[in-house]
Amino acid sequence: MAASKTLGERLRERGVSRRGFLKYCAATASLMALPPSMAPAIAAALERARRPSVIWLSFQECTGCTESLTRSFSPTIEDLILDVVSLDYHHTLQAASGEAAERAREEAMRAHWGEYLLVVDGSLPGPRANPGYSTIAGISNLQMLEEALAGAAAVIAIGTCAAFGGLPQARPNPTGAVSVSDIVTDKPVINVPGCPPVPMVITGVLAQYLVFGQLPELDEYRRPRAFYGQAIHDRCYRRPFYDKGLFAETFDDEGARAGWCLYRLGCKGPSTYNACATMRWNGGTSWPVEAGAPCLGCSEASFWDAGGFYRALSVPAEIDGARILAAGAVGAVVGGAAVALTRRRVRAGEQAREPVTVDELEQRQ
Amino acid sequence: MTGGSVSDPATMPAAGGPDWDAAKAILNEVRHALRHFVATGESTLIDLRAQPFAPGDLERLLAWLGRGEVEARVEALGPTRVWESAVPGVWLVDHRDGDDQRLTLQIEVAEFPEILRSPAQDIEQAVAILDARLGAAADGGP
Repeated sequence: MAASKTLGERLRERGVSRRGFLKYCAATASLMALPPSMAPAIAAALERARRPSVIWLSFQECTGCTESLTRSFSPTIEDLILDVVSLDYHHTLQAASGEAAERAREEAMRAHWGEYLLVVDGSLPGPRANPGYSTIAGISNLQMLEEALAGAAAVIAIGTCAAFGGLPQARPNPTGAVSVSDIVTDKPVINVPGCPPVPMVITGVLAQYLVFGQLPELDEYRRPRAFYGQAIHDRCYRRPFYDKGLFAETFDDEGARAGWCLYRLGCKGPSTYNACATMRWNGGTSWPVEAGAPCLGCSEASFWDAGGFYRALSVPAEIDGARILAAGAVGAVVGGAAVALTRRRVRAGEQAREPVTVDELEQRQ
Repeated sequence: MTGGSVSDPATMPAAGGPDWDAAKAILNEVRHALRHFVATGESTLIDLRAQPFAPGDLERLLAWLGRGEVEARVEALGPTRVWESAVPGVWLVDHRDGDDQRLTLQIEVAEFPEILRSPAQDIEQAVAILDARLGAAADGGP
């Protein structure tokens, strides 16, 4: 482990009172989507917890996931780095650069071999792709991942690029990008998708590992059920409008101004599993649907290739508008069928990826 | 202080309106927790941050619960504001961080919120703390 002192000892040394610790645990329970009554159990676990070493690798990404993490307010990034985890390598956040940074990564790996958490954001050029598309210090992403993987206890793929390939893998996938799960076969992988993920979900997954010392329960896409267990549609505050058949038809019509359901403006909420509807963004201030923008489905595989964001692709072609309105009249029965069809389509869309070379890309143009 | 205007029908949201459903559900959960508390003495915590509220739902819920006679403030890793609602036994606990950003907002159905209780481990050290202060007073300070 990264340090011999427990978290409780560290907090007391810093003058944190027991009330403050209880409050911290209440916030952590909320962060992990656990019942507030779990706070005492969390306090007992955190009291004994030691800081795990974390090595964070950034590959083909836009740094949006790190931006999201640094905007998580509960606990703050400072808390995470100083108290909860020992972030031994993160080339965006660390002060060291160049060879010194790489030495820090190698030293952290040696010191915590078999125990460190490996966090990855971004996809990477796959085994059959040109490794030169993405390198760090002259090391290909694939080589760096495989080296770091050997001594990792578990891998957390942060963001849709790492979890599912994301934007780099969108058709025609010029760099032959693959997801972390496409490479990792012998270590536990937790996918935390989103473009970017909700910041509190990132820290919540880390906190859950720290508190329980084990990986959370995952769904079929290796996403933690605590945060990805329910569809946006099922937790959306606009759902009652859907059930009543009240839809905005354009972004500035009466329905949009009245806050009606955005289903027909392309909302992917029915086929998207994420925590935006309850955790919200910017410190719980709001989230896209509350701001009048339909959900893009950014935590789902192949969402970039699912068609126009604002086309009502979530309404299957087999079901016309009249039937959708009828669904509102009879409740969610037909709507449920539409949702199931949409989900099957999204799953089928994952099979349509077609990695190509740059030459092939230029020939197509 | 009591709820006052919250009982005014003119300020009540239209029951049955789609935007009222989430807040009404919480009120029913509070009612269930209250009955459970009366019957068993077991307290209940409800995390309001994890609710799919529509804009204005939380404000309406707080207005419906109203303000009771007690308010308190705890300074521990940032402020925590506590107040009893106009419904006895129903407390609001608003945890904030050092930047006054909300960490959690909870409804606690209990005689009083746990955060206000002096921790037992702290009380065990209380005599030693007081002795140290008496010693300091004997020396002329603080």
